[in-house]
This record gives sequence, C-alpha cells and structure tokens, in this order.
Amino acid sequence: MEAIEGVKNLSYALDTFYFLITGALVMWMAAGFAMLEAGLVRAKNTAEILTKNIVLFAIACIMYMVVGYNIMYGDGVNPYIPGLSFFLGGDNDPAAVLQQGTDGWYDGDYYSVMADFFFQMVFVATAMSIVSGAVAERMKLWAFLLFAIAMTGFIYPVQGYWKWGGGFLDAAGFNDFAGSGVVHLCGAAAALAGVLLLGPRKGKYGPNGEIKPIPGANLPLATIGTFILWLGWFGFNGGSELVLSNVGEANAVAKIFVNTNMAAAGGVVAALVTARLLFGKADLTMALNGALAGLVAITAEPLAPSPEAATLVGVVGGILVVFSIITLDKLKIDDPVGAISVHGVVGMWGLLAVAITNAEASFGAQFLGLAVIFGWTFVASLVVWGIIKAVMGIRVSEEEEFEGVDIGECGLEAYPEFTGPKGSGL
Amino acid sequence: MKMVMAIIKPFKLDDVREALSEIGVQGITVTEVKGFGRQKGHTELYRGAEYVVDFLPKVKIEAVVSDELAEQVIEAVSKAASTGKIGDGKIFVFSVEQAVRIRTGETGDDAL
Repeated sequence: MEAIEGVKNLSYALDTFYFLITGALVMWMAAGFAMLEAGLVRAKNTAEILTKNIVLFAIACIMYMVVGYNIMYGDGVNPYIPGLSFFLGGDNDPAAVLQQGTDGWYDGDYYSVMADFFFQMVFVATAMSIVSGAVAERMKLWAFLLFAIAMTGFIYPVQGYWKWGGGFLDAAGFNDFAGSGVVHLCGAAAALAGVLLLGPRKGKYGPNGEIKPIPGANLPLATIGTFILWLGWFGFNGGSELVLSNVGEANAVAKIFVNTNMAAAGGVVAALVTARLLFGKADLTMALNGALAGLVAITAEPLAPSPEAATLVGVVGGILVVFSIITLDKLKIDDPVGAISVHGVVGMWGLLAVAITNAEASFGAQFLGLAVIFGWTFVASLVVWGIIKAVMGIRVSEEEEFEGVDIGECGLEAYPEFTGPKGSGL
Repeated sequence: MKMVMAIIKPFKLDDVREALSEIGVQGITVTEVKGFGRQKGHTELYRGAEYVVDFLPKVKIEAVVSDELAEQVIEAVSKAASTGKIGDGKIFVFSVEQAVRIRTGETGDDAL
C-alpha cells in the first residue's frame, strides 16, 4: 500500500507543480505586455503605460481572489447565471486525497485548489492587459483602473463561467482550449468598446482621411516583449491541458508546446511576407504582431492539430492580423499596438479554426461561443466605460495629451532629460 | 541670405513644414530641444522629492532663405505655429554670410 500512496503523493505534487510553473510562466507574460506596449508608444507616454500594466495585474489578482474566481468556477444558479460568493476556501485535505482510489483519480481532487486559483488568476490578468494597449496615450489612468476592477471582478468571470465554469456554452459543445475566446476575444471586445468611446489620438487621422503614423519609441523593448510573451504562452497553452502526470498526458503537453511554437513561427513568417508584399519593406512591428497572432490563433485548440496544421493556423493568423490592422485604421479605430486585431480578429479565427482541426467541434457551436463572448463583453464594457466616462471622463485633456501622460498622470518621465532639483540638469 | 530660426510646439511641426513648403522653402533643419520663455514650468514629485519641470519640449526649425523670402517665412511660420496659448514660441532672424551646396559647389542664393 505504501508504494501506491507514494505514487499518489507524487502524482498530486507533480500536477500541482505543473499548474504553479505554467501559471508563473503566464504571469511572466505581464512583463511581455508591459515591454511590448512600452516599446510601441511614444517616449512621453511610456511611464504611464508601464504603470497601467503593473497595476492592472495587481488589481486583477485581487479582484479575482475577492469575487472573480468564485463567479467563474463556483456553483452557478443555472447554466446562464453564475453564483456569487467571496474569497477563497481552503485546500484539499491530504488524508482525504490519499484515500481516493486510483480508478477515476483524475475525476477527483488530483491537484491543489490553490494551484488552480493561481493558474486561473493569471489568465484574467492577461485578458485585462489586452485593453491597456488599445487605449494607450490618451486615456486617464484612473479611469482605466476603475474599468479593470469591473472587468476582472465581473465581466470576464461571467463569460468564463459560461464556458470553463461549466455553463451553457460548455454544454452547447463550444470548444476553447486555452482561451482564444474566453481570454483574447474577451479582452479585445472590452478594448474595442473603450476605444470607440475614447476616440483616436490627436493627429492620428487627418481631415482628408489620411492615416498618420505615430511610431513607437523603443523597438528593442517591443521585441523583447514579444519574445517574453512567446515564452509565457507555453505556460498559457501547456498549462491548460490541466494535467501532466501520466504518459498520455505528458505526450499531450509536449505536443501542445510544439504546436504553440509552430503557430507562432508560422505567424511571424506570414505577417512579415504579407507586410513585405503590401508595404515593400520588412516591417518589424508587423512581424512581432504576427508572432502574437499565431499564438492567439492556436490557443483555442493547440492539442488536436498536427504541428504542420498548427503552423498553418498560425500562418492564417499572421496574414489576417496585417489586414486587420490596416482595416481598423481605415475605419478610424485607433489601436496603437494592434491589440484588437491580434486578440480580437485573430481570436475569432482561432475559435473557428477549432471546427477545422478538431473533429468533435462544430462551426455552429464555435459561432455561438464567439458571438456570446463578444456580445456580452462588448455590451457590458460599453456600459461600464460609459458610466466612467459620464462620471469622471476617460480621456485626458488636449494639453495633457500633447505634453504626454507621463507628466500628467504620473508626474515623472520615462526618459528624463534636464531634470533634477530645480531643473539643474544633474 | 537670412536664417530664420523658429522655436515651436512639437505638435505644430507638420503644419509649419507644410506652410513653408507652400511658399517655396526647399529645405529645413529640425532639432528636438527643450526650453522655456515666459511659460513657466511646474513642480512634480519623484519618490517624494520635488523637482521642477522647467524645460518643456519644443522643436527648433532652421531655414536659410533668400532675403526676399524671409518676410514670407516669418509670416508663414507665425500663422502655422500659433495656437493662441502661452508657449507658442519665437522666431529669430540671422544674417547669413555665405552658403555652399556641397555637391555642386554653388554659392550664395544658388546654394539655397
């Protein structure tokens, strides 16, 4: 009996450790978003976007602990209405765990509850960080943080409940392995609602419909941010298999890592070639967006396809993202980092691609999930943004926008010159 | 020949550049600078310590033009760079003794 108990201990510990490590990798994506966004905005707006990124992460963690996790994974009232309870419970009792039989082990408590919370918490933070890039350079910091409270405590958990919490989308056969819909499309929908109420940056669109480029100040930061996101995504998709501790599952996790990587690679090449054909040169920022597009596209189903198919899923994402970015600009929807295109448009492709790569999925169920997630998040976000706008305004003043939100919102500069006591130029 | 130097608000650069192009100014030099006139800065706190944001970002434009064009340049820049708010900037005019086009060796007005 000792040997079996030893194996149960190890299995539980391994799967728990797996959740914790992949969760930590996804946490690291917060650094990726921060660097990517910092690199793609102007120098005078860099400190503010970094502040947004680290604070939204903190808010997401706290709100999810307070109420979000329970809305999403607690017992619901019915498949449409989640339950409402606050704060976390305890963890599994070791003696009770060890008394479970090995048959049906994985239907029981096979890993720590706290590890589950930790893993899910970093996903809501990811969804929230998608919004910060789209509204960059002209939104009031505190308005954004207020929205983050609503998004991470309520809007995201409700649609998450409908799928991963076992609600009606799950019952309808909607597939979303790691969150092309639940995380990425959701974040993009919230971002779109915000951007529509916010308006474009001053000087972005000319009076005769010209689109003026506003180049980012630090492409090395944008690049390292993308690489960090790529690395973190192994945790994002890999951890979403939710189990490691047997041969079949270990193989599955390995396949997920490979597919995730191949999709990113496909996205980079496709976006680069598309940009080269359209613009004549190798646009680094498009290549970076292409990597992310590939990753978002495979996120809905990184297990079922072969690595070759996963590459193609990424390729389609990479091509789509370039056209989406151009189209959004033509529609005068100003998105400084391409977040709505990468996470929203390609998130939709990722959801629909599941019907192609996974025999058990159907276009009908995927469309349902896509429409519900987008519709709920977009409308709920519009309401929240609208309330914040009415109460305190969401856009900085014109002077502050020209001066840069670093000074206006943060009182400091990311790249200071001639500062020091009394402007002494120390 | 005159050098017209203008210190303007950064977001006005495009408008000024277009206005100069319209009156036939063929080339300009642009520098990012910081400075202040009578527009005061303000104080901020960095980790609790007070510092003065005295020097505000501006853009300096330098254009060397023929004597005849100088008046038009002043007028064009003034109109294009003006917002009516404090900090719009200043224009200075210098006499230029000589100008040379490096590629061809032309001098004087021909070099402009």
